[in-house]
Amino acid sequence: MHKLLVDQVGDTMLLLGNEAIARGAVEAGVAFASTYPGTPSSEIALNLFQISRESDLYFEFSTNEQVALEVAAAAANCGVRSMVMMKHVGLNVAADALMTLAYVGVKAGLVILTADDPSMFSSQNEQDNRYYARFAGLPMLEPSSVDEARAMVATALDLSERLQQPVLLRTTTRINHSSGSVTLGPIRPRRTRGEFKKDPMNLVVVPAVARRLHVKLLKKLEAAQALAEQSPFNLAEGDGPWGIICNGVSFNYVRDAVRDLGIAGKTRVLRLGFAHPFPRAVVQEFLRGCERVLVVEEGEPLMEEAAKVVAQEAGLTLPIRGKAPDLFSRLYEYDPAMVRRAVARCFGLPDQAPTPVDLSDLPPIPQRPPTLCAGCSHRATLYAVKKAAEGMDAIFPSDIGCYTLGFLPPLSMADYVVCMGMSTGCVGGFAQATGRKIVSFIGDSTFFHSGIPGLINAVFNRHHFTLVILDNGTTAMTGHQPHPGVDMTQLGVQGHGRVSIENLVRGIGVPHVTVIKPYKVKKSIEAVREALRFPGVSVVISQEVCALYARTIKLPKRKPFQVTAKCTNHRTCLNELACPAFYVWKDRVHIDPDLCTGCALCAQVCPENAILPVKDTD
Amino acid sequence: MDTKRLVIVAVGGQGNLLASSVLGEACLLAEVPMRMSEIHGMAQRGGVVESALVFGDAASSIISDGEADVLLGFEPAETLRALGKCNRGSVVITNIAPLMPFTVNIGQGVYPDLKRLQELIRGKTARLVAFNATALAKQAGNVLAVNMVLLGALIQTGALPLTGDQVREAMRRKTKAAFLDVNLKAFDLGHAAARDAA
Repeated sequence: MHKLLVDQVGDTMLLLGNEAIARGAVEAGVAFASTYPGTPSSEIALNLFQISRESDLYFEFSTNEQVALEVAAAAANCGVRSMVMMKHVGLNVAADALMTLAYVGVKAGLVILTADDPSMFSSQNEQDNRYYARFAGLPMLEPSSVDEARAMVATALDLSERLQQPVLLRTTTRINHSSGSVTLGPIRPRRTRGEFKKDPMNLVVVPAVARRLHVKLLKKLEAAQALAEQSPFNLAEGDGPWGIICNGVSFNYVRDAVRDLGIAGKTRVLRLGFAHPFPRAVVQEFLRGCERVLVVEEGEPLMEEAAKVVAQEAGLTLPIRGKAPDLFSRLYEYDPAMVRRAVARCFGLPDQAPTPVDLSDLPPIPQRPPTLCAGCSHRATLYAVKKAAEGMDAIFPSDIGCYTLGFLPPLSMADYVVCMGMSTGCVGGFAQATGRKIVSFIGDSTFFHSGIPGLINAVFNRHHFTLVILDNGTTAMTGHQPHPGVDMTQLGVQGHGRVSIENLVRGIGVPHVTVIKPYKVKKSIEAVREALRFPGVSVVISQEVCALYARTIKLPKRKPFQVTAKCTNHRTCLNELACPAFYVWKDRVHIDPDLCTGCALCAQVCPENAILPVKDTD
Repeated sequence: MDTKRLVIVAVGGQGNLLASSVLGEACLLAEVPMRMSEIHGMAQRGGVVESALVFGDAASSIISDGEADVLLGFEPAETLRALGKCNRGSVVITNIAPLMPFTVNIGQGVYPDLKRLQELIRGKTARLVAFNATALAKQAGNVLAVNMVLLGALIQTGALPLTGDQVREAMRRKTKAAFLDVNLKAFDLGHAAARDAA
């Protein structure tokens, strides 16, 4: 039985934050769950996917976050408890549905988990999704610990049903990817079937309906605010003239700072776990008891500004500080020492922190950036395109996925990466503005997610470019999740359809479509060259399964390769490919047989044919 | 109990996260409160994996620069890179078998001299335990057991509120049965190496 299905109330387990959230979904009786993968949320979906295989939970990997929210919203509209999870930028993709869903509401609970990423450990920005609660007008909960994340799923669903509104559950990487002890709660049975009641005057948002629904939304916000004022998740602890308002993981750093500075007797701490609608009365009462207040929140000064409004309306003039050059930045994540320093500075205390070691006399340490895996099919594809495009003065927009790592030298094959789908969308702008050849890269999952409209746009508006779709049969970067083009039987799962990228592209009417096998270097370069020279829209679909995924689904292994004595030390292989299976020993290039996957890319690139398969007799 | 802060650094694939989860399980057995956090997004792609484990009553699950009581490094250059987490009183345990970053392999960096590396670390911290954990893992029967070798050394230093028996029991619960014998042997070899390195 999946470890998160264990029905032992009161047992403790050490769980990853994301596992705790999945457990929370099980305890809350979530019957419908959907997602598009995105770090740091991905493990929630992985666990729910596994659980769905041995229970009546319905789980799906949706095409993108908008669809994931839409399917969950529909289920919730029919009385089925639902949950959708995504990373912070994913909510941008789902935002169109989110904003009006707030008007339309839900019947059974719908919790939307947004996993933010301060310090953008695995993201293209560190946007503060707490604004979405304010923007859409939805209640929002934020846990400060792994166990609280578990408990808040049920609270969010109960709240959602009480208000008939979706509820945002907002986490950050340090909750999703932290581990802590959780205490298991009882498991509520799932209601997997609901009903749809015809109600166009509340469900079809023509303007006349929307005007009424907005009034309803504002009333729901008032009701939500009353609940926030009473919520046990908005707790004040301690007493004293110094006040600290905080949320999320900052609460942990504040707790430690208060203890380490020895100011527990002088400080009261207000942790807001149900921060939207802002619990004004709770905050006002807190402010009244303080001489000065420090607001500790990663990201934007949301609570700081809201607290200042409360103070102004109550005629309170105490200093309320947060973002300031001598206190906190809007940039990046916080840490315990930073918070302790700011608390000390704000309240005029000495801070005896241990001094970090002096690093000024250390030798430079070579970088160890993440790189394309040994045998990665993207290396082969990017290499083929690079060779085929030599002399063409092309621009290479790329997109979000493992292949983005191709921007590193020596491949250096990415010129513009902003968001999912941008690689097909930006084409016309670059082409019109510069007159240069545009060659875009997009992955298979990204293509389904948001690459299609850009391609259709190019066909319709006659933007000339070549799109290279890197089809490695999985959503690799986030942990090998399925997407609509994947063969689900390889994962032992029946009952799925399969969308062919090639048929889709031909169906759009792209005049020149080729499929290449990137490990066949010469043929691939020729095919790409032809596509690049086609005057119009051309698509190259490069098909080769991800090297890591191939291991997971136990595809037959290839023999590794070795550098033989024929090598004259040109270093073409190393300099042009930089596969991590290479290493240099005594000035000669060698291949680590434990890392080499036998893709033979380097063997085909070597001018001496000095790289050959390791024979069993070697 | 006193708070103890441990930072573990490794190259993706060396088993940092499994070692961390074994320590986590040992804490449950020992009823020692513990929180930990990890940055592992790029682990599969040859990047660095760092985990932070906080034992005791602290609420934070991450560790600031200068605040690690113990730094456990699975790879020497990564140990050096993470040295900023330490202070004068820190204990450092490191494997000295290097894993070349591919930047070095393509001539874009020079791997630090291992002797100098150890001198620097020894000079800035309270204690350094440095040995070839990879060789001991091979001796135990599997190069992938390097994480268990290093756990053995970690426990021997007494820097954490956990006993060898608690960690061994955690290994029984958390690691694959087929590898248990190798892992336990690796743990013992690491334990002995730390004792002898004193």
